[in-house]
Amino acid sequence: MSCSTRSVIARLAALIALLCVLPAAYAGYGDALNMPVGVTEVSREVYGLHMLIFKICVVIGAVVFGVMIYSMIYHRKSRGAKPATFHESTTAEIVWTVTPFVILLFMAWPAAKVLIKMEDFSDSEMTVKITGFQWRWHYDYIEEGVDYFSQLHPQHNEARQLGSDTDLAQFDNYIKEVDNPLILPVGKKIRFLHTAADVIHAWWVPDLAVKKDSIPGFINENWALIEEPGIYRGKCAELCGRDHGFMPIVVKAVPQEEYDAFIAEKKAAGQSAHNETTRQWDRAELVARGEEVYNRNCMGCHQQNGQGIPGMFPPIAGSDVATGDIVAHLKTVLNGVDGTAMQAYGTLLSDVELASVITYQRNSLGNAIGDVMQPYFVGQVRDGTSDSAPIASAQADEIDFLKIDDASTESEAGVDKL
Amino acid sequence: MSAYDTAHHDDHDHHGPAPGLTRWLYTTNHKDIGTLYLWFSLLMFFIGGAMALIIRAELFQPGIQIVDPMFFNSMTTMHAIVMIFGVVMPAFVGLANWMIPMMIGAPDMALPRLNNWSFWIMPFAFTIMLSTLFMDSGGPAGGWTLYPPLTLQMGDSFAFVIFAIHFMGISSVMGSINIVATIFNMRANGMTLMKMPLFVWTWLITAFLLIASIPVFAGAVTMLLTDRYFGTSFFSAAGGGDPVMFQHIFWFFGHPEVYILILPAFGVVSSIIPTFARKPLFGYDSMVYATASIAFLSFIVWAHHMFTTGMPLAGELFFMFSTMMISVPTGVKVFNWVATMWRGSMTFETPMLFAIGFVVMFTIGGLSGLMLAITPADIQYHDTYFVVAHFHYVLVPGAIFSLIAATYYWIPKWTGNMYDEKLGKIHFWTSTIFVNVLFFPMHFVGLAGMPRRIPDYSLQFADWNMIASIGAFGFGFAQIIFVWVVYKCVRGGEKATDEVWEGAVGLEWTVPSPAPYHTFEEPPPLAVINKNHF
Repeated sequence: MSCSTRSVIARLAALIALLCVLPAAYAGYGDALNMPVGVTEVSREVYGLHMLIFKICVVIGAVVFGVMIYSMIYHRKSRGAKPATFHESTTAEIVWTVTPFVILLFMAWPAAKVLIKMEDFSDSEMTVKITGFQWRWHYDYIEEGVDYFSQLHPQHNEARQLGSDTDLAQFDNYIKEVDNPLILPVGKKIRFLHTAADVIHAWWVPDLAVKKDSIPGFINENWALIEEPGIYRGKCAELCGRDHGFMPIVVKAVPQEEYDAFIAEKKAAGQSAHNETTRQWDRAELVARGEEVYNRNCMGCHQQNGQGIPGMFPPIAGSDVATGDIVAHLKTVLNGVDGTAMQAYGTLLSDVELASVITYQRNSLGNAIGDVMQPYFVGQVRDGTSDSAPIASAQADEIDFLKIDDASTESEAGVDKL
Repeated sequence: MSAYDTAHHDDHDHHGPAPGLTRWLYTTNHKDIGTLYLWFSLLMFFIGGAMALIIRAELFQPGIQIVDPMFFNSMTTMHAIVMIFGVVMPAFVGLANWMIPMMIGAPDMALPRLNNWSFWIMPFAFTIMLSTLFMDSGGPAGGWTLYPPLTLQMGDSFAFVIFAIHFMGISSVMGSINIVATIFNMRANGMTLMKMPLFVWTWLITAFLLIASIPVFAGAVTMLLTDRYFGTSFFSAAGGGDPVMFQHIFWFFGHPEVYILILPAFGVVSSIIPTFARKPLFGYDSMVYATASIAFLSFIVWAHHMFTTGMPLAGELFFMFSTMMISVPTGVKVFNWVATMWRGSMTFETPMLFAIGFVVMFTIGGLSGLMLAITPADIQYHDTYFVVAHFHYVLVPGAIFSLIAATYYWIPKWTGNMYDEKLGKIHFWTSTIFVNVLFFPMHFVGLAGMPRRIPDYSLQFADWNMIASIGAFGFGFAQIIFVWVVYKCVRGGEKATDEVWEGAVGLEWTVPSPAPYHTFEEPPPLAVINKNHF
């Protein structure tokens, strides 16, 4: 008996030693082990709730497993245990039905309180509309009239391609970096409106305890009041196709003055973008710009060489669309193709980007049609002020001679038409 | 004990199995069909497992090294479909076929030709399903949950996927009808409902869940089909539909489906633990009621899969509370198993080891399930690896472990030979260690912010993912030991007695080992039934 007691003590000592090591391990892996506490009141309460329930679960588990382990050690045949014959006890059954129920009540109460707070959208001070696209986010500061896209940083995008052989250690935040972060002010109750243009996405920033599905055709809402300036990173949480893993979110929370300056700067940039849209571009300029746009938006499916993937994604090189009527080509890109992964890029790209990528596709990737699409013309087709009828058959020269008669188009205007 | 049966068997007034391949093609014998189901699911287990290993190989380190993200998505989708519809469900139907008639003293299933048909549909359905991987437009890649609009972006192999799902559904519904008909009509005189082994009870309830939920799924995928090909817009907002409606319909099927995968496992474990504790199952009646309560609750908790879709507050509260309620009957089950072990006289043969492994690790999965029920916390957990860890804990060391335990437990009855106990124990310990190395770290990365269904991740998750991948390969290769043990046991080995296990209770242990081709052509006498129930 004393021998086995000693072995039990030895086991306990080993267990205690293990438990002592755990906090050390935890310290080293803190950011990869547990839910972040976050920087909003709600996120802290969610974290508290998570830890409370986790601890209750650990206690329940310890009791159940403890009894099992005790039983397995002492009630084994090899120790000469004789089986008891009891096989029911109404008292026991009632006890272990009612006890969990009471424990549940202690969990349900704080959970309901936090949930009610999360769902209270009243008194928000500003609104950002977030639209999910395959595979980027569009942020629209509704009150300010400022909007822009945000997507995986180009360097990260290059590094994450199959067979890129890039040393990922050079990146501080591999595939968590974007080109244009969402800038938000601290200390303001911000309401987020969520929708999507193509499939369901989910906008998730753990530090804000904010996750909501972006559903095409519907608008969801949630909110956050960020308390500390900083950079908070998140990911799309709902499977949204090939590049679901590559649409990160970066929220940069800044003091109010910095935020105001950012908005002012964005408004000024909007004006210069307008000037770019209305001026005449030459072909080399468009092709150069188009290559950049293509590699960012089209390459994923149609491949860098424009050959596509047989059976899944059609080629650009030598295709009927990219070598046929230029206006039909534009419309395919503007409106997408129903029932395929080809999205309506009219909402995704500016007029300059559309014009340049179409020009690039027709004059590169093995195509040499020689014609040119001007940005202002994209706007006209978008608005329906110009259409296929007289211009459809127009070749490059004729389009170049078109007058700039309507300069009212604005980049990314299509987003509001959702 | 088995004298009445062997005496009859010696009369030779009935036919044995037909020779050759036709035996398996035309068979209406519940044991043959059970065997077919079990071999089929074992094959699919390795196919689905290979897909899991492709996933874990890609996730071994950050960056994309092996497969295109689209193919990765196909793998996650297909892995789930294969494991759910091709492994766990058919394996339990196989066990039901083998064991239910022998447990209730019936000569065969009630509807033997239907039985043949419901099996033989499966290989065709899965051939079609798997063939989509080789089609131009690739296999399904929108997740096994098939959420529109994403799933509607799939190429024309989509139609094959829907067709295959319909056939799997038909097979399951027919199998379930057969099980219900058998249990209600074929019990030997004196085998009252409350004397049935728990495996029979859990399967009866599971069969009702299947009959109620599979047609809902069939309806949902048919609506996807018409949205894709016939211009309807059930799930397209542009045409007046709602993508979230699909999720409601899907999970109205999907949540009962979760219990379809686990209730028969409860039955298996409730058979094994009393045997090796040499003590009757504690709280038989409450086990039955708990199973029925879980089945009922499973129909009113579906939207807990959808807390981030934007439900009204009242809906979120309702689904949170109803989901938490499930832990009460589930807890009753776990406590009853522990009470059965308490003051027993336990031995730890391989089936018992896997059953205890089941109780411990299923409880871990159950507790993380309780955490997931808490809506505000679920907002953070949803669609992360925490969820992946949770459902793999209940399905792998849960459902799969119970299937392995059942195989070790009953294989002496099936083959007449004892399996290799030493190899069985090695199989248990390697499986248990690696399954935890595989799935436990997923809790950490999930909480720390790693979404599920992604082929690449940030460097902060690198260490745990590498560990998980090592666990995956270890667990995968450990299953080769299982195949070897089964193969050896089928080929020969120490002869099993009729009782096989010292403490075994139940009619299946009153027939000879191996069980003759036909058993209980005459129902067992009342005295035998009364001596052999819980």
